[in-house]
Amino acid sequence: MNDGLITTVLIALLGGALRVSTPFMFVALGECLTEKSGRVNLGLEGTLVLGAVVAYATSYHSGSPWLGVLAAGGAGAVLGAIHGFVCKLPRVNDIAIGIAMMLFGTGIAFFFGKAYIQPTAPRLEPLSLGAWTGDAKLATALQINPLLIVGVIIAFCMWWAFANTRWGLLVRMSGDSAPAARAMGVSVDLVRFLATAGGGFLAGIGGAFLSLYYPGSWNQGLSSGQGLMAVALVIFARWNPLRCVAAALLFGATGAIGPALQSVGVTQGYYFFNAAPYILTLLIMVGSAGSKQAAREAPGELSITK
Amino acid sequence: MSEFRISRRQFMHGAGAMGASGLLAGASTPALAAGVTLGIVYVGPRDDFGWNQAHAVAIKGLKAVAGVKAVEEENVPETDACSKSMESMVNLDGANIVLGTSFGYFTPFMIDLAKKYPKVEFRHAAPLWDGSKHPKNLGSYFGYLNQAHYVNGVAAGLSTKSNKLGFVAAKPIASVLSNINSFLLGARKVNPNAVVQVIFTGDWSLPVREAEATNALVDAGCDVITCHVDGPKVVIETAEKRGVKSCGHNASQAPLAPKGFLTGAEYKWETIYKIYADKVAKGEPLPNMLAGGYDTDMVMNTPFGAGASEEARKAATAAIADLKAKKPIYVGPLKDNKGNLVIDKTYDNYDPYLDQMNYLLEGVIGSIT
Repeated sequence: MNDGLITTVLIALLGGALRVSTPFMFVALGECLTEKSGRVNLGLEGTLVLGAVVAYATSYHSGSPWLGVLAAGGAGAVLGAIHGFVCKLPRVNDIAIGIAMMLFGTGIAFFFGKAYIQPTAPRLEPLSLGAWTGDAKLATALQINPLLIVGVIIAFCMWWAFANTRWGLLVRMSGDSAPAARAMGVSVDLVRFLATAGGGFLAGIGGAFLSLYYPGSWNQGLSSGQGLMAVALVIFARWNPLRCVAAALLFGATGAIGPALQSVGVTQGYYFFNAAPYILTLLIMVGSAGSKQAAREAPGELSITK
Repeated sequence: MSEFRISRRQFMHGAGAMGASGLLAGASTPALAAGVTLGIVYVGPRDDFGWNQAHAVAIKGLKAVAGVKAVEEENVPETDACSKSMESMVNLDGANIVLGTSFGYFTPFMIDLAKKYPKVEFRHAAPLWDGSKHPKNLGSYFGYLNQAHYVNGVAAGLSTKSNKLGFVAAKPIASVLSNINSFLLGARKVNPNAVVQVIFTGDWSLPVREAEATNALVDAGCDVITCHVDGPKVVIETAEKRGVKSCGHNASQAPLAPKGFLTGAEYKWETIYKIYADKVAKGEPLPNMLAGGYDTDMVMNTPFGAGASEEARKAATAAIADLKAKKPIYVGPLKDNKGNLVIDKTYDNYDPYLDQMNYLLEGVIGSIT
């Protein structure tokens, strides 16, 4: 392989990271918030799909894609709130409810989404950050959706807030030790309810990115499991919002390997390269799961770690 | 034993019929003897801009024919669910012919149903029926879409400036490879320097990876993009966004690319479905195998889009006339892209040898493994 081809692949990886990672990032940040409060919401795949269709429909009817983004967040928050409310009831398992919510979310999204497969809605416009490079490929790769920047800002805010604010402390305390939080007079259920609804809001926005920017249309196979992968990314990122961003970018970049290698003529073994993101995740998980550090970082109240 | 087991649907049907005969007293003679009721099952939504839409468009045309009733069901997975919806079409809607349009419906679901309901005709949209193994009231139909992809290739060969054409493909199976190779041969007929670069995504519907593949092909210098995936919407829209030209697949995607659309390869299932409806109405036996291309009006090309130049339109129209006159696409000798001689002589467009295709011709950049 000569230098030109390597550059092409690297640019494709960069482009892939910037194009594909945003939904992973939003869902992972949402799940990070929820899990920090001590609850697991596996339903975010459904939230992502519902967010996608609500965003597309709102944008189509109102003509404003940004209104679509907000509506998708709202729909996600409603699904999250249902999850949060049901889990508050005694003897309810949050994992089971999450799976139910996932099926519910995709189900109603498919039901209401039927009418929106054909029409074309206004999409979100990219910001061209690559004009200065003078290289057409690099310029295309550097077309960034504003939502990506919003996601990174949210990640920094969450990271800062978890460490430095009273709200962040309440969320972490509910997640690490519910009795301690109760002793302080905090309603653990309320904190978790709000954290799940907030997490749903973020995941819904991830869906809006799928239908309104990249790939930028609504159809039923749109998510193909990205919401589930993003939930796994949170464990991979060990409940740290900044690492969630890094994990999402890495996942997006490795996802671009398959098509990028085929486009430069490395055509053998594309099934293997298409599986690269999953193989990578698996390897890093195996490598990191054994460490004591990882165990310390997991919220103590999570039903998967308890 | 299965003969004595009554499914819930059969029970409902029986109970309903009893109730009806009790209430209407004799007025309930089944009306289906006269007319034709055709049941059709789709694996996805009817308006997917792709495979399912192509069938649904044909059914819509059929509904206009007097005496033909069509019952449709969408989003039926390739599981037991397919048996259930087909059975209810037979028992509750009185379908006398049932069409399954997804590959996985055939084994074992449609085979079992054909045995269970010997008076109902079952037809499946892929060449899987084998007279020595399968019931006589079961059969296959399909279209040689590669002929329309050949026409796509002619239009694409005259529309490219870089001489690089991009093809986003799902899986390296014979029908997909045949479309890629025919697309190349069409392009080479009018432009000997054209090459086709193919990217396999690995599955029939992966919107994000299809968009990535399209972007990668455009980055690699391709300026005409086409595809063989279930729903070409994402590929065509991404190509349009990147400012390159595109050719469609399965159904009409012309509205998705108002600037760059050339033409597209489409099935004309309506021809086949009309033959079926006609034969059922007349009480004639249905053919077990029904397949064809341009010469039997079973495939077509989407009307030219804004991207097609006058020259491309003329050449593509001439190519269609050639195919209607049964002029062969595979004119040997031809080598595959590893240098082996794979097409030793000139083959007729329907030669069974071409159905076994497991190679990419010289001029295609890509690999099937």
